[in-house]
Amino acid sequence: MRPFVENFPFFSIFLVMVTGILLSVVRSGRLAMRISVAVALIAAVLSAQVLAYTVGGDLSFTYVMGKYAAPLGNEIKAGPLQAILALTFCVGMAISLLGGSRDLERDVLPRKQNLYFVMSNLTLASLLALTYTNDLFTGYVFIEISTIAACALVMARDTGPNMIATIRYLFLSLMGSGLFLIGVAILYSVTGHLLMPQIHDEFRLLAATGQYALPLTVSVGLITVGLGVKSAMFPFHLWLPDAHGSATTASSAILSGLVLKGYIVLMLTLMVRVFTLELVLKTRINDVLLVAGVLGMVMGSVRAIQQTHIKRMLAYSSVAQIGYIFMGFGLGTEVGVVASCLHILVHACSKPMLFCCAGKLGDAAGHHKNLKNLRGSAYRSPLAGVGFTVGALSMIGIPLLGGFTSKLYFASASLHTSDRTAVILLVLAVSTVLNALYYVPAVLAIWSPGSEEKLAGLPPMEPDWGFRVSTLVSIAAIFALGILYDPAINIIEAGIRLM
Amino acid sequence: MDLIQRILENRFSVTAVILFGIGFANLMLQYNLVKKVVGFNIMDSAVFLLLASQGYIEGAMPPIVAEGAVEATAYINPIPSGLVLTGIVVSVSVSAFSLALIQRIYHKYGTVDLRELVMRTEKEED
Repeated sequence: MRPFVENFPFFSIFLVMVTGILLSVVRSGRLAMRISVAVALIAAVLSAQVLAYTVGGDLSFTYVMGKYAAPLGNEIKAGPLQAILALTFCVGMAISLLGGSRDLERDVLPRKQNLYFVMSNLTLASLLALTYTNDLFTGYVFIEISTIAACALVMARDTGPNMIATIRYLFLSLMGSGLFLIGVAILYSVTGHLLMPQIHDEFRLLAATGQYALPLTVSVGLITVGLGVKSAMFPFHLWLPDAHGSATTASSAILSGLVLKGYIVLMLTLMVRVFTLELVLKTRINDVLLVAGVLGMVMGSVRAIQQTHIKRMLAYSSVAQIGYIFMGFGLGTEVGVVASCLHILVHACSKPMLFCCAGKLGDAAGHHKNLKNLRGSAYRSPLAGVGFTVGALSMIGIPLLGGFTSKLYFASASLHTSDRTAVILLVLAVSTVLNALYYVPAVLAIWSPGSEEKLAGLPPMEPDWGFRVSTLVSIAAIFALGILYDPAINIIEAGIRLM
Repeated sequence: MDLIQRILENRFSVTAVILFGIGFANLMLQYNLVKKVVGFNIMDSAVFLLLASQGYIEGAMPPIVAEGAVEATAYINPIPSGLVLTGIVVSVSVSAFSLALIQRIYHKYGTVDLRELVMRTEKEED
């Protein structure tokens, strides 16, 4: 008899998905919101149990779905890395929903609010499934589910520009999933399997004999680029600022902080579990990732500096942060991947909070999103101001905050490569300066005294407990990752080893 | 002659690649939103053709176990067919979603040309 806790990954996916479907008959938006947050937290507790179990036993386990064992059936595979990512996704979802709840009530039509939570739950379920799945085609199906759900989240705020942003997002996403699908089809026709461990065995065998080298390289490339398009890898990031900048606060937080990570996690799983880092190095796909990552880090920040709209600025900052993650993959070493995973956690903790605080600051300034008009808004909502400041400093990479730790690990990971150390250290330094160039003025703007008469006419801020809780939790998480990062690193390292 | 021979042997894959190229180019380069959806459907059909042809074995039976067990080698590979079925479901729902969205955009703006739409939204934001 195997321990009961091994059911929890499946339970968490299933619970979130069923809740999402059931919420379509709940009339009240507020009730739907409470249920969604509660379910996300229950899933977080389940993931924490899985985390404790896998870390405690230093193991990863395979869970067979249905009665057919491999190679016929479908499987879930969970280890420490999957568990900690799932935990982060669940908590991040709860934080985003709580932090953006006021904006949601305003931006989404009252009779459609419960449908918003249907989509948010489906997004979370697909993220969890993408994290846990051991089957390539299941991965594809959940990629599509999260695409549709994420598009619906963007569209929830029913304005013209939002619809255009959604359709552009949708088409680029479809391009990405088309590339992924044909990559999977080629991989399947060469290896004859869809379960990751079996593909890995065949892949290793074929690589050793040198057979089918071209189709395999093409398929690895297609899968990587397909997932890269969907996670806003540098040249394919054009859809992101519109979609993330104009959506309602909670949607921006979910999309930037979580949805992008789902595809990256699948790419990571494939690179480590299926293709293995050494074979990826041979195909030189990682060089493409490295170049795309480095360009994204610089260009994303350069574009962010030019923005005056605070949410668009944060969206371009996401492009830069995604660049860091791809750069870590591009190093092609285990340390690089560990640094990337840490950065995924850090970004998933800070970006949702930044978006929520930006939304709240906008409210405080009378529904303005332009940096000029946000002057003095932090005094009207001090917690949002503090949250934004902490998040911004973490993104720049100030010590004691999460962003510093991950940058430190990127820098030390670059030392393990022979020929790329100088380039990576240089780009890290440049991008840190660029980050500071747009985050510091934004922080200064919100804390500088604003014009009295403009702010005096606004109604007083209502207390928003959901926002307070979510911001405080995020700030605590950022400090935890910045000061007590050893446990997180140990979990990630164990997770990569047990992938 | 050798080339033609090889193309004929791999006719399904060759067709699939050509179709995928057509669909992909349409999805990327067309400005008309409806044509983009059509391009996406062509692209997906190409993948389905590739998958289905990989699972087909010349002269084998459909994978339905009738009375009297027959050797597994007598059937075609059913897994690609299953994948194609799932893929069709996904592609239909995505098409439906994008068409519904395009309809709304058309009601609001009266055009389905992406260039014009982007221009209009930029004006709206100013």
